[in-house]
Amino acid sequence: MNRIDQKFQEDKKLLSIYFSAGFPNLEDTLPILKNLEAAGVDMVEIGLPFSDPLADGPTIQESSTQALRNGMTTEKLFTQLNGIREHINIPLVLMGYFNPMMQYGIEKFLQRCSALGIDGLIIPDLPVDVYHEEYKSLFDKYGLYNMFLITPQTSEERIRYIDQVSNGFIYMVSSAAVTGAQNTFGNTQTDYFKRIAKMTLKTPTVVGFGISNAETYEAASKYSRGAIIGSAFIKFLEENGVDQIGKFVKSIRD
Amino acid sequence: MNYNVDEKGYYGDFGGAFIPEMLYPNVDELRKNYLKITAEPEFKKEFDALLKDYVGRPTPLYFAKRLSERYKTKIYLKREDLCHTGAHKVNNTIGQILLAKRLGKTRVIAETGAGQHGVATATVCALMGIECIVYMGELDIKRQAPNVARMKMLGAEVRSAQSGSKTLKDATNEAIRDWINNPVDTHYIIGSVVGPHPYPDMVARFQSVISEETKWQLEALEGRDYPDHVIACVGGGSNAAGLYYHYLNDQRVNIIAVEAAGKGIDSGESAATSALGKEGIIHGSKTLLMQTPDGQITEPYSISAGLDYPGVGPMHAHLFRSKRAEFISIPDQEAMDWGLTLSQMEGIIPAIETAHAFAALDVRKFEPEEIIVFNCSGRGDKDLETYIDYFKL
Repeated sequence: MNRIDQKFQEDKKLLSIYFSAGFPNLEDTLPILKNLEAAGVDMVEIGLPFSDPLADGPTIQESSTQALRNGMTTEKLFTQLNGIREHINIPLVLMGYFNPMMQYGIEKFLQRCSALGIDGLIIPDLPVDVYHEEYKSLFDKYGLYNMFLITPQTSEERIRYIDQVSNGFIYMVSSAAVTGAQNTFGNTQTDYFKRIAKMTLKTPTVVGFGISNAETYEAASKYSRGAIIGSAFIKFLEENGVDQIGKFVKSIRD
Repeated sequence: MNYNVDEKGYYGDFGGAFIPEMLYPNVDELRKNYLKITAEPEFKKEFDALLKDYVGRPTPLYFAKRLSERYKTKIYLKREDLCHTGAHKVNNTIGQILLAKRLGKTRVIAETGAGQHGVATATVCALMGIECIVYMGELDIKRQAPNVARMKMLGAEVRSAQSGSKTLKDATNEAIRDWINNPVDTHYIIGSVVGPHPYPDMVARFQSVISEETKWQLEALEGRDYPDHVIACVGGGSNAAGLYYHYLNDQRVNIIAVEAAGKGIDSGESAATSALGKEGIIHGSKTLLMQTPDGQITEPYSISAGLDYPGVGPMHAHLFRSKRAEFISIPDQEAMDWGLTLSQMEGIIPAIETAHAFAALDVRKFEPEEIIVFNCSGRGDKDLETYIDYFKL
């Protein structure tokens, strides 16, 4: 069974963390992963940096730019993840834009991910329809999940379609916005969370974008299976360093 | 082979809409409506009236006598430089603002490099009384002060794009982010035949007035409605798309695209995408783009800010790969020299982008009886400072 499915069978709200690989330092990938798992994080999205991440806000873009300056490449990340399953048991998702994967070669990319023990991918600029028609069979061949985003503007019909095509989880974007930390959620967001919960989709949902503290984490996971934190974690890393990761996770969950 | 867009938004292998889900409703709304709205008689009437009375169309098709004598061939210039705001860009912004109004949008955003598209967008927003925000790279704001001032005079807000390389591609990223954050009330006016479907086709259709006029103008002047060659400069490729449009499937017409070689194709400072680009995805479109082997988009260079884009529109990528069009690239120096040549032989000071196209005359041979139509896409007022610095005028 895919580790993502296994994780969603646990009877708890999940906390997933995103970070840009190669940031703050090129070789931080493994220490970050180890510290996140030790702190009790349920799942990790490893960001493959891209020069033009147009779905992301300033925090993630800057960390990506810095990671690229540090020398991060697709091949470098794969090298860092070599043997990762000897250390890390939680589900690992690679999150990145489609162009670097195309240049690596889609099949070769998926083959590498699979061999390393990556469980799935999130590719914001690969639309569900294109995935369904052109790439799904390749993902299936290598046993990799592909997760899709939905937003408050996504029509019910399209959500149903995404639910049919999805495995793993559906990534619910909390608001019509690029990534970035927010302090609270308003009624519109809560209504949207409730609306999706009522649809009783076959695929579990996880909320991301704008989650920054215990309050927003709790609000987001109340109507879903959990939440993903990216920008707020990256800011914390930048200010406090890799050793302090446990503190960050504690501040969200306690 | 058909060179127009197919029903899925592709030109051969290129095009499509590789967009984050957050943009899907916006782009889908456009995709479902652009053909329907632009085909409405009321839309056409308003569009044509504005092109005539406000933009100053039809633009002349001018026989360049001295140039023709020197190069021993028949050279015509399609005078888009005479359009209001100084370039062809306004054909598209007029079309898109009318579309935005019919979609009930109350706020318009745009990206700009040199500022020409920003000015053309600010102009039509002023005309319609619609709020306008233009994203421009921090570096370009410094380099193009007069156009920044123009946009401000026209009532637009110019927002500085601070991310990445702080130029056109980053301004485009910022505009896309704005659109993600404002999905309901905002229309994004893209300035070239780039971006996700339906933009490349929509912009090409609005610019197609260029070849539509060329056809009847040539018929009157030469007794046939097609030339032997159409020649235009290509950055993203909107003026070229407009000139090629009605000749795309007419094999009697040879298509020539001129890219900016910058300091030379192998110099590391170039914008010649057909020579240096590889298939990939930029701004939601599968096309040819300049990138590292690792798939990171690289920063192009050209002395003309309007050709300084790391990709080309998917139509042009298809014209290149299918060999329907001849692609050549011209370095800064030759383009600048042509800025002077055209000024002194025909009394027309061209934009530096436009000057690149004319350099085709030195690169390739044309026969005496052949008819060539150049897109004289923009005037050189905006480039005066660059000309002054370069020629120590």
